[in-house]
Amino acid sequence: MVTFLLIHLIPGDLVTILLGITASQNEQTRQALIHALHLDRPLAVQYGLWLGDVLSGNLGHSLVTGLSVGDELARSYPVTLQLALMAMAIALAAGIPMGVLAATRAGRALDGATRVFSLLFISAPAFFIGTVVIIAGARYAPWLPTLGHVPFAEHPARSVTTMLPAATSLGLAISAIVARFTRTSMLEVLGQDYVRTARAKGVADRAVVFKHALRNALIPVVAMAGTQFVYLIGGAVIIEEVFALPGVGRLVVNAIYARDYTTIQGAVLVLTSATVLVNLALDLLYHVIDRRIVYA
Amino acid sequence: MRAPRALRSGSLLAGGLIVAGLLAVALAAPWLAPHAPTAIFSGAEIRPPDGRFLLGTDEVGRDVLSRVLYGARVSLGVAIPSVALAALVGTALGVGLGYLGGVPDMLAMRAFDVLFAFPPILLAIALVAALGPSAVNLVLTIAVLTLPQFAVLTRSATLALMPQEFVQAARALGASHGRLLRAHVLPNIAAPLTVQASLSLSIVILVEAALSFLGLGTQPPAPSWGGMLSRGRQYMTIAPWLVLAPGLGIMLAVLGFNLLGDAQRDLLDPRRRGARGRGA
Repeated sequence: MVTFLLIHLIPGDLVTILLGITASQNEQTRQALIHALHLDRPLAVQYGLWLGDVLSGNLGHSLVTGLSVGDELARSYPVTLQLALMAMAIALAAGIPMGVLAATRAGRALDGATRVFSLLFISAPAFFIGTVVIIAGARYAPWLPTLGHVPFAEHPARSVTTMLPAATSLGLAISAIVARFTRTSMLEVLGQDYVRTARAKGVADRAVVFKHALRNALIPVVAMAGTQFVYLIGGAVIIEEVFALPGVGRLVVNAIYARDYTTIQGAVLVLTSATVLVNLALDLLYHVIDRRIVYA
Repeated sequence: MRAPRALRSGSLLAGGLIVAGLLAVALAAPWLAPHAPTAIFSGAEIRPPDGRFLLGTDEVGRDVLSRVLYGARVSLGVAIPSVALAALVGTALGVGLGYLGGVPDMLAMRAFDVLFAFPPILLAIALVAALGPSAVNLVLTIAVLTLPQFAVLTRSATLALMPQEFVQAARALGASHGRLLRAHVLPNIAAPLTVQASLSLSIVILVEAALSFLGLGTQPPAPSWGGMLSRGRQYMTIAPWLVLAPGLGIMLAVLGFNLLGDAQRDLLDPRRRGARGRGA
C-alpha cells in the first residue's frame, strides 16, 4: 500500500515520456494509452487492480520496455541476493573475530588498530572503496576480473570470484560496524559474574572466551546485523552501479530515471519484503543462539 | 601500551580539529584555492600532480585541489542546512509526541516504522528524481529522511523525563505547557541531541555524496565530491588522483563528524566516562 502511494506521489507526466513529445500531441493515441494503463481510473481502483495482480503473482509489465516486471525481477533478484549474502558473510567473518580480538586485548595496541580500522571503513563510502578496489585490481592484479557478472547457476565458482571485489567493498564497511559492536558486547559479557566464576574454577581462557562469552555476546551482534541489512540493500544499489552488476538496485535506479512505475513498484515491493523476511529470520535465529528465548 | 586510551581521549580533539578544519576550508575556499573551481586550463587536461597543479587536473583541465577545497563548501552547504532543518522539525515533532502521547503519538510511530523499512537511499533517489535535482530539493529530501531519527530520539527522551519528580513538581506548581517544555524538557534533551546532530551530519555527508555520485545530487559544474568521484571513474586507471582526492575528502569529513559524535557520547554517558579503554 505504502509502496503504491509513494510511487504515485512521484510527479512527472508518464504518458508524455512514454509516447515522446511528438506522439503525445495526438490526443487519440494519448487517451488510448491512458486507458490501457488504467490511468483514467481513480487511484483507489488502480490500487485495487494492482493489489489483485500482485496477489496472483503478476507484477505487471514495464511501462517503458514492455517486459514483464516479474521476469525482470526474477533475473536481477538473485544477483542482489548473492551480493548481499556474500557481503554479509564477509562482514561477519571479518568483523566478529576482529571484535573478539579487540575485546580480549582491550586497551592494547591491537585494540587500537581495530578501532582505527573500523573508523576508517565506517567513514569511507562503499562506492569509494569499490572504486579503489577496481583501480588497485587493475594495477596489481590485472588477471582478476572486477567488472561484469557471471550468473551463479551457470558457473558457481566463477560467479563467486567475480563478485568478490564488489561484495568485499560492501562488506568492509559493515565489518567495521560489526567489529565495534562485537567488541562492546564481548566486554560487557566478559565483565559478568559467571565469566569470572568460570575463570575462577580454572576453565581455560580459550573456552571462557568462545564457549561462555562469545555465545552470549553474539545476540546483540545478530540483532545489529539485521538492522544493517536495510543499509546493505541501499549500499547494493550503488555498488551494483559501480561494478556494473545487473541486480535489483540497478533496475530500480534506471526505472526511477525513466519513471517506469510498474518496475519501481515491483522492485521496491521485493526489496522491502526481503528486508521484512530477513528481520523475521533473524528473530528466529536468536532462538538458535540463545535457547532461553522462546516464542509464545 | 595505552594506545586506545590516548586515541579515545584524543578522538574529541581529532574530531574537533577535522571538523574545524573542514569548516575553515569551506568558508575560506576562495582564499585557499589556488584557482577557481570551474576555471578550465585548456591544454592541461588530466595532468598528474605537479608544482602548478598540486593534485593534478581533471578531464577538462580544471585544478583538482581547488575543486576538492570548494567541495567542502558544497558538501557542508547541503549537510548543515538539512541536518539543522531535520533537527528543528524532528525535535518539535518528537517532543510534542512524547508530551502529548495518545493516538497521534501511536500513529506517528507506526508511520516511522514503515519509513524505516525502506532503504533510505532508495527513498532519497525516488524523492530527488521526482522533485528534480536542485540544491533546495536536495536539502529538503535529506532533511525529511533524517527527521525521524531526531523525532524518535527526542520522543523517548521526553517520555523518560515526564514522570520525573522535578517535572511533576513544576507541573504541580502550575507551570504552563510552554514553560514546562522550554525550561524543563528541552534543556535536558539537548545533550543527546548534539550527539545525534554530529552523527547525522556524518551520515548526511555520505548520502549527499552518494546522490551526487548517481547524478541526482549537486549538479555540475559545481564541485561536489560525489560527482567528481563519479566522473573521475572513467579515467581511474590512468588518473587515480581524480578519484582518490574527492574520495579522501568525503572520508575525512565523515570521519571528523563520527569522531566528534562518538567523543560527545562518551563524555555524556556517565557509564563510559572514566572507563574509556573499556567502553565503545
